[in-house]
Amino acid sequence: MRYDSPLAAVGNTPLVRLPRLSPSEDVRIWAKLEDRNPTGSVKDRPALHMIEQAEKDGRLTPGCTILEPTSGNTGISLAMAARLKGYRIVCVMPENTSAERRELLAMWGAEIISSPAAGGSNTAVKVAKELAAEHPDWVMLYQYGNPDNAGAHYATTGPEILADLPSITHFVAGLGTTGTLMGVGRYLREHVPGVRIVAAEPRYDDVVYGLRNLDEGFIPELYDESVLTTRFSVGSEDAVRRTRELLSSEGIFAGVSTGAALHAALGVARKAVRAGESADIVFIVADGGWKYLSTGVYTAESTEAAIEALHGQLWA
Amino acid sequence: MAIEVRIPTILRSYTDGQKAVEGSGATLDELFKDLDGRHPGIRERLVDEAGGLRRFVNVYLNDEDVRFLEGITTGLGDGDSVTILPAVAGGRA
Repeated sequence: MRYDSPLAAVGNTPLVRLPRLSPSEDVRIWAKLEDRNPTGSVKDRPALHMIEQAEKDGRLTPGCTILEPTSGNTGISLAMAARLKGYRIVCVMPENTSAERRELLAMWGAEIISSPAAGGSNTAVKVAKELAAEHPDWVMLYQYGNPDNAGAHYATTGPEILADLPSITHFVAGLGTTGTLMGVGRYLREHVPGVRIVAAEPRYDDVVYGLRNLDEGFIPELYDESVLTTRFSVGSEDAVRRTRELLSSEGIFAGVSTGAALHAALGVARKAVRAGESADIVFIVADGGWKYLSTGVYTAESTEAAIEALHGQLWA
Repeated sequence: MAIEVRIPTILRSYTDGQKAVEGSGATLDELFKDLDGRHPGIRERLVDEAGGLRRFVNVYLNDEDVRFLEGITTGLGDGDSVTILPAVAGGRA
């Protein structure tokens, strides 16, 4: 395939069947390899789309500073596009994200402001909102509430999946900004009667959450529960275990959040097998494992050791 | 019929600090009543006055959110695992 520029090469990623992890001939699991995007993650789609829509609306003009709360991938995508397009970029990122993500952001010229580990991405969002109030001239694209985030997936990811697999019955993706699930989910619901949209929500151990209160909880403005059919909460242990299984049985080297999506995909697959239904289940490989190598989860002797290695770190 | 119930930090004061306890019941509602017998007060933290799940509490059956199943009347089976969590990103508004 030929493109006129690196940015034009976002999207059109492969969809591959996983013959070893699929439970039967009738219940098939498919991986959408979003790590094949220019900066190596699914976030290239919303980042580029949000920037280009903001340019069209006149919100982003030459010389502008972009501000974004991000646990890594969106920042990396935005920073690459910002460098090519000539914008300054400031990223607010939880302090407990991996060293590789910081290196990548710095490599693309982003300035990083660390937010406290407690509260994870929620705290990063809060800090970014405070900075935005202090610097009204900075442009916060704000992936959690920007309809162009979901819009990118509605316009590209959804149509690509349907074209490759018209028989799709389930779509599974991680729940973060909710952009992938909202965009692909809406598109598929309009075109595939009865399609099931399944969210895999990361569940961290208490170290990451800190002392959370039952009454708090950040809900991204993009989130619309009516798009979802169901939601899985996937703990670090299962996410790590599935990430390692994906590597050992199918040769796919993916980030830890992908293990969480696979865990939910296998959960709906098991239910389909029990119900005697056939199914074509697509899940998103959000990024490759490169940025998580330093955690040691891929080479640890056992899953237990890998879980220990990841303890206390943000992985989605 | 044994069901494993994972308890979040914030509710472990009801379970003597235990991260997981066992309970029984044919539905989630029955399970919470059963738990309350041994851990008095815990049910009130999970269930509201109308008998439904409290707004900022998420409950998962084998990792699946019960609000997308049959809520507090969701049926349970032997060997199932129930996880109770505070609502996080994507929780209900």
